[in-house]
Amino acid sequence: MTTFLGMPTSPPGVGMLRGKDTFPIAARDALSNTQLRRNIGAATRTIRAKRAAVVGEVPDWEQLRDAGRAIKAATMQDLDEQLERLEAAVIARGGMVHWAGDANEANRIVTDLVRATGSDEVVKVKSMATQEIGLNEALQAAGISAYETDLAELIVQLAEDRPSHILVPAIHFNRAEIREIFLREMRGVDPGLSDNPARLAAAARTYLRRKFLTAKVAVSGANFAVAETGTLAVVESEGNGRMCLTLPDTLVTVMGIEKVIPTWRDLEVFLQLLPRSSTGERMNPYTSMWTGVTPGDGPQSFHLVLLDNGRTAVLADEVGRETLHCIRCSACLNVCPVYERTGGHAYGSVYPGPIGAILSPQLTGVNENPASASLPYASSLCGACYDVCPVKIDIPSILVHLRARHVEEARSEHVLPSAEAVAMAAASWVMSDAGRFERAQRGSRVGRLLSRKGRIGRLPPPLAGWTTARDAPAPPAQTFREWWRSEPR
Amino acid sequence: MRIALFATCLVDTLFPDVGKATVRLLSRLGHTVEFPERQTCCGQMHINTGYQREAMPLIRNYVETFAPYDAIVAPSGSCAGAVRHQHGMVARRAGDEDLARRAETVAAHTYELSELLVDVLGVEDVGAEYPHRVTYHPTCHSLRILRVGDRPLRLLRKVRGIDLVELSDGEVCCGFGGTFALKNADVSTAMLSDKMSNVVQTRAEVCTAGDSSCLMHIGGGLSRLRSGVRTVHLAEILASTGTPA
Repeated sequence: MTTFLGMPTSPPGVGMLRGKDTFPIAARDALSNTQLRRNIGAATRTIRAKRAAVVGEVPDWEQLRDAGRAIKAATMQDLDEQLERLEAAVIARGGMVHWAGDANEANRIVTDLVRATGSDEVVKVKSMATQEIGLNEALQAAGISAYETDLAELIVQLAEDRPSHILVPAIHFNRAEIREIFLREMRGVDPGLSDNPARLAAAARTYLRRKFLTAKVAVSGANFAVAETGTLAVVESEGNGRMCLTLPDTLVTVMGIEKVIPTWRDLEVFLQLLPRSSTGERMNPYTSMWTGVTPGDGPQSFHLVLLDNGRTAVLADEVGRETLHCIRCSACLNVCPVYERTGGHAYGSVYPGPIGAILSPQLTGVNENPASASLPYASSLCGACYDVCPVKIDIPSILVHLRARHVEEARSEHVLPSAEAVAMAAASWVMSDAGRFERAQRGSRVGRLLSRKGRIGRLPPPLAGWTTARDAPAPPAQTFREWWRSEPR
Repeated sequence: MRIALFATCLVDTLFPDVGKATVRLLSRLGHTVEFPERQTCCGQMHINTGYQREAMPLIRNYVETFAPYDAIVAPSGSCAGAVRHQHGMVARRAGDEDLARRAETVAAHTYELSELLVDVLGVEDVGAEYPHRVTYHPTCHSLRILRVGDRPLRLLRKVRGIDLVELSDGEVCCGFGGTFALKNADVSTAMLSDKMSNVVQTRAEVCTAGDSSCLMHIGGGLSRLRSGVRTVHLAEILASTGTPA
């Protein structure tokens, strides 16, 4: 087993990749929030059905998935060259390119760029990369106010909460709760606001319109960047992103280095895969693309910040690297039976759900902190995520791989093995020999003493977690192999 | 046909009736079943908990035990899935290319019960009779690793007297997930509670599946709630001839 210690991971103390608590602890809070469970259950059920319907109508869906996977895999093979091509193309069209090794560097670059404009506020396009690095907090510390303009991000920002879904960051709120947040936090809102979705959207529109018309600087992420042409693309539903991308004088785009695709034609594949997988739409309402600076049209100053923040470390892991193929559609969240019950906050990272369980610990380092180390285990390995992934990321296999990395790295770090490691080694020794296995089977028969009518209501640790909610079967008087031997044949 | 039974450690130790049913069923269909006694466990628990190194002796034992056989059957989609999708990969990552190749050869002859019946033995009507209201839970690994599809349902539909009712959200995981059920006991229980609610709503008396592990989890919950629904492995239904054993 190879461990990858050479590549820098995302630095601690900045951004939103690490939870305070391990997943099982954080999940316990979420599971007891009955409102949250109903909200997320209802929302994911709706999106799942929409996705299934629009995916089902594409006859070559499987070929599209294969194509998406192949393009991403090929790009990762020469990512360095693709990024340099992108840089050259962006500069040739009048943009500026900045390389950020980690979250701190990216935050510093963006803060300096905003300061240089003399502005003390920015409008933001919904962006995972800037959430990942905690850009809003960094800007705030520098006296710059960042206004989220994506409706759901705005709700989360006003509520002083954290996003709980990649695509639908406010999925954990229902409309009654959103109305309350608006009444409490939105300056100038109509006190008679109802929880009718159209009314809520209208209130947000009025509030945001003032920001769009006054902001001098916008910050965005990117869904795709075409190396060949230097074109950036943002895919969205509301058009608020387009407002930000076209009205301000200065545009700063922060993009993870894995978002580059080689050619313009490659967009054909991803612009089919993404909307159907994410919102369950045939086509998303707004696809904005821009290439450098166009005199007299749109922002006259464009900066592209290329963010590593642990991605090179992901790339260095032969098994884990396909995590970087992710196009952030969230289909895996919506089908995940774990995510559906815990919501996103339990994952402690801006990337929740199955993709978060493999991406976050790789960006931070699997064993860097207990919360990250718990994420690869936050899955029953049911495989539903793999089936819906538009670029066929084998999430279950990567989860299993990261568990092995966790165990192997712990083995090399600790002098004393954990109780679990001792138990696993013992089980391996017992089960690698039928004679030993049979003696252990006979030993387990002591469990019959705990049973009533063939079931056990309470087991001792480490199996106690089983019997908090389930009975356990009593060991039978005769194992299968004993029966087999006793049968005349 | 001479068929080797891989009982799986769980069935061998805790659910011997499932192994007996598999033997009874295949014998009734005219096949010779052997139980190579040096078998133990496929190693999935180790692999899926991160202990690939500790899984290696179990993989080697599986390969050496079952290499002589042309057809190996496991009454478990999960264990057959581990053999088919993990043995070669784990051996290769441990640097044992020879074992990886041998494991892949044995894996190619390893079948989950419904695969063996439908694909290898070409039978859907196994001559069973089971006069009960039954709902079928398709377990994740048989569904999404082995892709058994509707094979178990095709077998069940041919059972005389059975009242087979559909399970809502059947394809959603029951929450077992091996050591997940212990490491994330609360989430596992939340998933189980939704599965049980769907099972109870079918008003079936029996919930069946092709995996004793998932059934131990679902059945353990149903029993704790005194729900009046019991879990029975697919092999036991297919082996049944209507007369109480």
